Amino acid sequence: MIRFDAVSKNYPNGTTAVDELSLELAEGGITVLVGPSGCGKTTTLRMINRMVEPTAGTVSLRGRDIREVHAPELRRGIGYVIQHAGLFPHRTILDNIATVPLLLGWSRKKARARAAELLELVGLPSEMAKRYPNQLSGGQQQRVGVARALGADPPVLLMDEPFSAVDPIVRAELQAEFIRLQKELHKTIVFVTHDIDEAIRLGDNIAVFRTGGKLAQFDTPERLLAHPADDFVAGFVGQDRGIRRLSFVKAAEVPLREGPVLPETSPVARARTVDEPWVLVVDEARRPLGWAAVAGLPDTGTLADAPLAPLGHTFSLVGDSARAALDAALLSPSRLAVGVDAEGAVVGVADAYELSAVMAAAEAVAAEAAAGDAGADAPGGGER
Amino acid sequence: MNDLLNQIRLVADWLTSSKQWHGDDGIPHRLLEHLTYSGLSLLFAALIGLTFGLLVGHTGRGAFAVASVANLARAVPTFGLVVLVVTLAGLSTTPVLVALVALAIPPILINTFEGVRGVDPDTRDAARGVGMTEWEVLVRVEVPMALPLILLGLRVAAIQVVATATVAAYPGLGGLGRFIVDGLSRNDYELVIGGSTVVVVLALVVQILFTALRRFVVSPGLRVSASRT
Amino acid sequence: MSDGEPLVRWDWIADHAGELADYTGVHLRLGLLPVVFGLIISVPLGILCHRWRWLYPPVLTVANILYSIPSLALFMIFVRYTGLTERTVMIPLTLYTLSVLVPNVVDGLASVPEPVRLAATAMGFGPIRSVVQVELPIAVPVVIAGVRVAAVSSISLVAVGQLIGQGGLGYYITRGLQLDFPTPIVTAIVLIMLLALATDALLVLAQRLLTPWSRNKVTAA
Repeated sequence: MIRFDAVSKNYPNGTTAVDELSLELAEGGITVLVGPSGCGKTTTLRMINRMVEPTAGTVSLRGRDIREVHAPELRRGIGYVIQHAGLFPHRTILDNIATVPLLLGWSRKKARARAAELLELVGLPSEMAKRYPNQLSGGQQQRVGVARALGADPPVLLMDEPFSAVDPIVRAELQAEFIRLQKELHKTIVFVTHDIDEAIRLGDNIAVFRTGGKLAQFDTPERLLAHPADDFVAGFVGQDRGIRRLSFVKAAEVPLREGPVLPETSPVARARTVDEPWVLVVDEARRPLGWAAVAGLPDTGTLADAPLAPLGHTFSLVGDSARAALDAALLSPSRLAVGVDAEGAVVGVADAYELSAVMAAAEAVAAEAAAGDAGADAPGGGER
Repeated sequence: MNDLLNQIRLVADWLTSSKQWHGDDGIPHRLLEHLTYSGLSLLFAALIGLTFGLLVGHTGRGAFAVASVANLARAVPTFGLVVLVVTLAGLSTTPVLVALVALAIPPILINTFEGVRGVDPDTRDAARGVGMTEWEVLVRVEVPMALPLILLGLRVAAIQVVATATVAAYPGLGGLGRFIVDGLSRNDYELVIGGSTVVVVLALVVQILFTALRRFVVSPGLRVSASRT
Repeated sequence: MSDGEPLVRWDWIADHAGELADYTGVHLRLGLLPVVFGLIISVPLGILCHRWRWLYPPVLTVANILYSIPSLALFMIFVRYTGLTERTVMIPLTLYTLSVLVPNVVDGLASVPEPVRLAATAMGFGPIRSVVQVELPIAVPVVIAGVRVAAVSSISLVAVGQLIGQGGLGYYITRGLQLDFPTPIVTAIVLIMLLALATDALLVLAQRLLTPWSRNKVTAA
């Protein structure tokens, strides 16, 4: 889909932004370019829509050298989202989104109708259509930025640190929204970030760049964590890559046991018979209320009268990963992670030791996959 | 207070006397002269100032020259320049108009330039990124975003031109300044203060015109940001 | 102008050096005192506008309207009250400076970073002490930028005052026209521009001395 052939970008002052990059990006997936600042990831992205012209090599899109296409025309067919959204402050939200359709010569009516659709698609209420960018929050502006990029339904989307300028909570929201959107749209997306967590969360493939514009590794997130190509990648991925790998194990695979779970209507005496230091108190729908320390129970009454320690957090067997389960175990006063189903009812518990078994199983699967891949090419440019 | 009332009565008498409304010495004729000088100079200054301001602002080339011209121009005593032009070229309208144009260009030039250059680089980047040609970037993004400053430049230039056109009566040109200069030389205070009043009214009309223009042509989206900062 | 008359006769300048110096002094006084008066009005007015934002738009509108009135007309309106004196020139010039100085004081105060303002309050500065000792010094660069514009415009505008007999070097402009002799006019124009530019340069220097912290920032950037 997008192909770099020995592409370099050198500046007259002698700096090299990108050095002999060869890379092929598959159609319909999210490729994340990640690396420290000054590694050439943004330059690489901007060479795809000719915002930066390479000094050597060729970039081709669907087999066609992009230099054969007039730059503005090329860009109208490629969505472009940047860090601070770069919305046009003098245009309403609707007209911002309609920018590319209007540039392509659509009628105003048709362009606005399309823009209204997109506004809804990115999850903004229609009454925002008539507002101006300065009246929106950073997160809302960024959604409009994405909607504008989707204006003419381009097959390719370039995103340059689109979620970096917003606070962590909004960022997580935008990321989740982005994943949902991509499931619906199946665009070919090139995404630049300096945040390895974001890369792992969003990427189907990740290209790690090192300072000086060299590609260090191009791989799936799982393999990047399991088999970093060298010390630089290992260091960039972080000390806790072992824990991060748990992100790729579904919580549903975690083996759970029944554990010391009691309804709040149980008499206190019943809790003393469990022979555990902590019991998990649940309501009539088995939703967890909190942990009760057996040593601190009142003499009589039910568990509803007992002082409860907060849960920490639970993990969901439907959406979360084993990483969330481990975190839940570490934060829980009883050192037990509580797994809940879609309705929030307790399914069972597991401690950190039991969770490490999942890790071992995942390790075995990964090793098997690596052995199977040995003969085949790694995606695109591959490891160097 | 009494004095102020007297003055107002004086002006009212002068304005309502019928001889002020007829002939070459009447208000309509002088006003027309004044508007012709000011309008023509502003028009030419705008053509030149806007063209170069947009060009320099968009390309970023020549920024230093523009800043220097603007700085130097502010120091020029307009009165001296107009008198010098008349001394050197004789009493005719064209050379004085050229001087008025020259004086009106710098504020338009520098404000247009600053307005375009001040466009957020992210916004400009996004404009190119969505596929605007350089011309479209200029016309659809940079000019609308620079409009508040462009209008400011035009307003300052207009004020300057109206004021200098008034002073141009001293070396012998027409326009509303005639009333003041003639009144001074004849010790006719009524004429001086009546003429001044007409000049003040004209200045206020210019001011109101630009305020209204700003309201009509500047996007509300830009006003929001202006009120926030 | 008679043919063959040069733009500048140097011997005329040499003959009038002493007189030129006197008029230069007068010109400086007429041009710069209004800026000082303008500052005396604008700083408190700007602080008030900063404190009560609703005050700012009407103040700015009035300042802009005053600025838009041609100087000749404004001089004439004041002649009735202050006669053909220097005050008649300086009062309008003072009023003109407000349209530059008030916004710059307000913008300068707005440029004080919020954490600095909060830190001052947290350390126990009262509102007035905070403005005088913390916020105003930080606003100095923006205020001086306004003073530069005001001073340069004021110096170049003084010449018009000659039409009521108080124009500093403007005297040579009317004199040259009466004599049909360009040398005094050119000399006056050049001297006025030099005065304006020298004042501007001195103000830049003053700012560097007054705000050593911003000077370091400039060299670091």
